[in-house]
Amino acid sequence: MFKYVKQLTSLVAMVAVLFAFTTETMAAKKSKTLKNTQKKGFVRCGVSQGLPGFSNADAAGNWTGVDVDVCRAVAAAVLGDANKVKFTPLSAKERFTALTSGEIDILSRNTTWTLSRDADIGLTFVGVNFYDGQGFMVRKDSGITSTSQFKNGISACTNIGTTTELNMRDFFNSKGISYEPVAFEKADEVVAAYDSGRCDTYTTDKSGLAAQRTKMTNPDDHVVLPETISKEPLGPVVRQGDAVWEDIVRWSLNVMIEAEEYGINSANADMMKTSENPQIKRLVGSEGELGAAFGLDNDWSLRIIKQVGNYGESYKRNIADTGILPDRGPNQIWTKGGLLYVPPAR
Amino acid sequence: MKLKRILPQLLTLLFIVLIFGFFTMNAQENMDTRGIQFGFGFLTQEASFDIQFSLIDYDGSHSYARAYLVGLLNTLLVAFIGIILATLLGLIVGVARLSPNYLIRKTASFYIEFFRNVPLLLQIFFWYFAALRALPMPQDATLLLGSSFMTIKGLYTPAPIWTNFDIFFTTLIVAMILIFFFVKFAKKKQEQEGKQLPVLIISLAIFIGLPLLTFLVGGVDLSFSFPELRKMSQSSYTFDGGMGIPPELIALTLALTLYTATFIAENVRAGIQGIGKGQKEAAASIGLTPSQVLKLVIMPQALRIIIPPTTNQYLNLTKNSSLAAAIAYPDLVLVFAGTAMMQTGKAIEIVGITMATYLTISIAISLLMNWYNQRIAIKEK
Repeated sequence: MFKYVKQLTSLVAMVAVLFAFTTETMAAKKSKTLKNTQKKGFVRCGVSQGLPGFSNADAAGNWTGVDVDVCRAVAAAVLGDANKVKFTPLSAKERFTALTSGEIDILSRNTTWTLSRDADIGLTFVGVNFYDGQGFMVRKDSGITSTSQFKNGISACTNIGTTTELNMRDFFNSKGISYEPVAFEKADEVVAAYDSGRCDTYTTDKSGLAAQRTKMTNPDDHVVLPETISKEPLGPVVRQGDAVWEDIVRWSLNVMIEAEEYGINSANADMMKTSENPQIKRLVGSEGELGAAFGLDNDWSLRIIKQVGNYGESYKRNIADTGILPDRGPNQIWTKGGLLYVPPAR
Repeated sequence: MKLKRILPQLLTLLFIVLIFGFFTMNAQENMDTRGIQFGFGFLTQEASFDIQFSLIDYDGSHSYARAYLVGLLNTLLVAFIGIILATLLGLIVGVARLSPNYLIRKTASFYIEFFRNVPLLLQIFFWYFAALRALPMPQDATLLLGSSFMTIKGLYTPAPIWTNFDIFFTTLIVAMILIFFFVKFAKKKQEQEGKQLPVLIISLAIFIGLPLLTFLVGGVDLSFSFPELRKMSQSSYTFDGGMGIPPELIALTLALTLYTATFIAENVRAGIQGIGKGQKEAAASIGLTPSQVLKLVIMPQALRIIIPPTTNQYLNLTKNSSLAAAIAYPDLVLVFAGTAMMQTGKAIEIVGITMATYLTISIAISLLMNWYNQRIAIKEK
C-alpha cells in the first residue's frame, strides 16, 4: 500500500514542477507581442469578412480599407514593410475571442469603443479611426424619409454580437414602437435577407450601411435615413496586458492623423525632413528619438507616412473615392471642423 | 501482480487529470493577465437585447438566464418538430424504397441519394434564401386554407383564443388515460374470448367526443383572431393579429427534416430487409392480410434493428439545429453562445453552459430511446 502512496506523491511532485515551469515562462516577458511579431515577420491582424472602405479583400486577396491601413501602419513601423500583415477575417461574434485567445494581435474591425468592452473582457481600445453612428436603411419606394415614420410591427435586419442590437432596442423602446429583430451571424446574410424583402429596414453603423448598399442588387432602390441613433466611435483594439504593444498601435494611428494635420503625406514626407517646423521634423524622424520609447528605430513614423500615407490619403483612397461616404463629416481633422484630435507626438 | 494491473489505469487517470489541470491553469493564468473575471453572476443581469421569436414571455428587460431559456426552448422546439416530421417522412420513404412499384421505388431512392449527399448548411441556405425570393410580399399574399397567409415575412395563421383552456386540457388528459385502459381491456378480452373490439373507432370517439363535450357543458369556448393586413408605409405591409411563424423556423425545420429523413429511411429499409423472408410467408400462410403482416409481424421485429441507429439520427438532428445561427433563427447558439456571449464577454462560462446543455439534451434523448428499445426487445421468458 505504501508503495503506491510513494509513487503517487512523486507523480504529484512532478506535476507541481511542471506547472511551476509554465507559470515561470509566462511571467518572463516585456512586450511578448512585439517580440513574437518581429520573430514571425508579420503582424497578425483581425478584420471584417468584407466591408467595403474598411476592410475588404479583392479577387486577388489584397486587403484594402481604413481599418486595414491601421494594421499596415503598424507593420511599416515594426517590420519596415506595410505589406507584412496576415489578415484574419472575423465575424462580429468571433472577433474578441480571437484577440483574447492570441490568434491575432490587433483587432481592426469597425469595432465600437464602449466601457464594458474596454474594462470587462480583457481588451484595450487604443483610439478612434472612424466616428460613426447607427442609422437605418429603407427601400426608397416605401416613401419613408425619417425614422419618425416607422410604424408598429416593422421588421429590422441586423447582425448579432454588436452594439447595434442594444441600440435598436433602446431606440424602438423610447419611441414605443413594436418591432421584429431578425439577427444574423454574418453581414452577407443580413444584406441578402434585407435585399430580398424579409425586413423593412436594415440597421447598423451608417458607414456600414453606405458600404453594404453597394452590394445590393439595385443600390439606388435603397436610402439611408438621416437620423443617427447612437455614438459609435470605431477603433483598433489590442489585448490587455502588453502596454508596449498597445502604445505602438495607438501611436501608429496617431501618426497618420497628425501627419495629415501638419500636411505631411506619402509624396512629400522625405522633403519634410528638412522642414523648419520642429513638430514636422519629429514626425518624420529627423529630430528627437521618438521611436526609442517603443524599442523601434527613428524612421518608424516616416515609414508609416511613406508606405501607408496620412489619414486623409487613406480616407480618400478607401472611402471617398469608392463613393461610400464622399463627405468626411466628423472624420475630419479638428482644425477643419472635424473630431480628429490626437495628442501631440513629441 | 496487482500493481501491474492497476498501474496503466492509474497512469491514464493521472494523464487526464494532468491535461485538465494544465488547461485550467493556463486559462486561469491568461485570464488573470488580461483582467478577465470568471463567474456566473452575469446570468441575473439584464440582457437588454430583444429576441425575434420566443415561446415564453421575454423582452430585453429580462435576465440573461431568461434569454438562455428562450434559446433553449427554441432549440427544443425545432428539434421536436424535426424529429417527428423526419420520423414520419423517413418511415414512408423507407417503405416506399421497397415498393414493388418502379416509379415509387426510384423516386424514393433518388430523394435519398440527393438530400443525403448535399451538405446540410447548403440546404438550409437554399430553403431559406430560395424561399425568401419565391415568396410574395405580405400585400400580394394569397389566401391559404381560407385564413392563412404564406409571405416572405412568415406564415400567418389564425391564433386560437381559448376561454377555460385548462378545463379542455384536463379533459384531454382524462380522455387519453381512458383510452389507455380501454386498449388494455380490449387486448385482454381478445386474449380471453378471442373477440376483437373496434379499438380504433372507440378510441377516436373518446378522444374527440369527451373534449367536445366540454364546449357544451364545461363553458369552454374557442374563437380565432385572424391575421389582418396593415399598411406600414407606401410599399411595406405587415399582418396584425393571428399567429406569425417566422420563415427562419420554417426553412430550418424543412431542411433538417428533409436531410435527416433520408438517413431514417435507410434505417427503416435496412430494418425491414433484415427480417427473414420466411417470416412474411409464414404470416401470410396463416391468413394475415398484408397490412397485418407489416404491423404484427414485420415491424415489431424490424423496430429492433431500426431504433438504435435512428437514435443517432435524432441526436444528429438536435445538434445540427445549431446551424440555425446562419439564418437568424434564435436558437440556443445564436441567442446565448452568440449575442449573450458577445455582450458579456464571458466566453468560457457561456460555451461551458452551452456544451453542458447540448450534452444533457443528447443524453436525455439517448436514455429515452434506450428505454423504448429495451421495452420492445425480445423478452426471454
